[in-house]
Amino acid sequence: MAETPFPYSETVMDHFRNPRNVGVMENPSGVGKVGNPICGDVMELFIKVENNIITDTRFRTFGCGAAIATSSMVTELVKGKSLEEALKISNKAVAEALGGLPPIKMHCSVLAEEALKAAIDDYRKKQTVK
Amino acid sequence: MERIYLDYAATTPTHPEVVKAMQPYFYDKFGNASSLYSFGQEAKAALEESRQKVADFIGAKPEEIVFTSGGSESNNTALKGVAFALRGKGNRIITSVVEHHAVGEPGKFLAKEGFEIITLPVDSNGLVDPDAVRKALNDKTILVSIMHANNEIGTIQPITEMGRICREKGVLFHTDAVQAVGHLPTMVSELTVDLLSASGHKFYGPKGVGFLYIRRGTKIKPLIQGGDQERRFRAGTENTAGIVGLAKAVEIAAVEMEEEGKKLTQLRDALIKGILKAVPDSRLNGHPAQRLPNNVNISFAYVEGESMLLNLDLEGIAVSTGSACTSSSLEPSSVLLAIGLPAESAHGSIRFTLGKWTTQAHVDRVLDIFPKIVAKLRAMSPLYPGDK
Repeated sequence: MAETPFPYSETVMDHFRNPRNVGVMENPSGVGKVGNPICGDVMELFIKVENNIITDTRFRTFGCGAAIATSSMVTELVKGKSLEEALKISNKAVAEALGGLPPIKMHCSVLAEEALKAAIDDYRKKQTVK
Repeated sequence: MERIYLDYAATTPTHPEVVKAMQPYFYDKFGNASSLYSFGQEAKAALEESRQKVADFIGAKPEEIVFTSGGSESNNTALKGVAFALRGKGNRIITSVVEHHAVGEPGKFLAKEGFEIITLPVDSNGLVDPDAVRKALNDKTILVSIMHANNEIGTIQPITEMGRICREKGVLFHTDAVQAVGHLPTMVSELTVDLLSASGHKFYGPKGVGFLYIRRGTKIKPLIQGGDQERRFRAGTENTAGIVGLAKAVEIAAVEMEEEGKKLTQLRDALIKGILKAVPDSRLNGHPAQRLPNNVNISFAYVEGESMLLNLDLEGIAVSTGSACTSSSLEPSSVLLAIGLPAESAHGSIRFTLGKWTTQAHVDRVLDIFPKIVAKLRAMSPLYPGDK
């Protein structure tokens, strides 16, 4: 059987216990859904974009403590940022904002970065269609 | 907040009486059992008295008990020891897909050394088919190793039936009984085994000590060489305090095991019933009846194991999960996959293992808190289709 978890930072545990911006967004400007239930994590990120600025975010995550905490953190980090600024947020920046992640949990922060990129991509596609 | 420990399959608290029995062997009676003077001889006497107690407990002779550092060493010794002793006779070793890594990994190692490892499948309850053992036997088969009770899903294998098949064909039979000894009857003549592994800390003994039963006449090579201890089956100064503790744990089990099993079966069934009733889309893993009295393993759809585990930990409740997220690999439990669970369900499984100090109040508290945790996590899961 699997071993007990690794020590998470206080910030990770705070975001795990009280995740920010949880839920589904009505009429989002963009949605990104990444990951795979078979691998044990799926992230769904909703963004509201007004005048090129991300004004609101929501997320839903199936995954471990780190997956939930990184999702929560990325929704906080991007709020108020322009799309260009948001795209510069790397997985490392998410992990650092959380006070670090155990090495084997770094893939969770990668997933958070990918979810954000996918949401922005989705928004931009919708713009070109219009 | 009262902490509730429900991970007895991982390890158990050392029984206070065990600690008391061990105490003299650290300072007052610290001698090396191999020494001829009185310090050594009192250690030697304690060692042999302990050996007798352990032997009696499983219906063996004292000279058939080899003390080891625990379950992993016992399993490694059984597999590698027999493999290298019988190399000239054949190279096939039969085992199962649900074995503990302490059998699985030596198996992989032996495969690289030229042995043919046959890994038998299990059914959806986690049972190995004794007939599959019979069919896998050939004239090159030197060892069959099937675990007594599974550490993750609690399924108890038909060891006696498989043991008789092996005995009839003259093939050595080993069982990893780490989860069974001290909890279920494990008389070696009834089980019909040639080798049996056990670990002290799984039944209220200390960590770092276990034993391997080796039936008289069994050909086996030692894993650890460099001394005459344990009749040259296992070199190294004996862990006298640990061995005395192990023997005390065996003595306690002999008295309390049966009643404890009855009590735990009741608590187990109350927990299983309560959870399955309170949490929709949950399923029990492992055999519904032929299972360890203390094992509850349940999968919860749409949620991941570690996040449940952490939430329970925040409430002071300690459990275990088959999710990949708490292991160093990204693969979920191979045992859960072997019984046919899809990977996403394996990720969402929790194991509760009960023990001597588990009470109805503990079970009630889990039943009060746990459904809320699952509901909270489902509310934030993109996989959750919503309440039905």
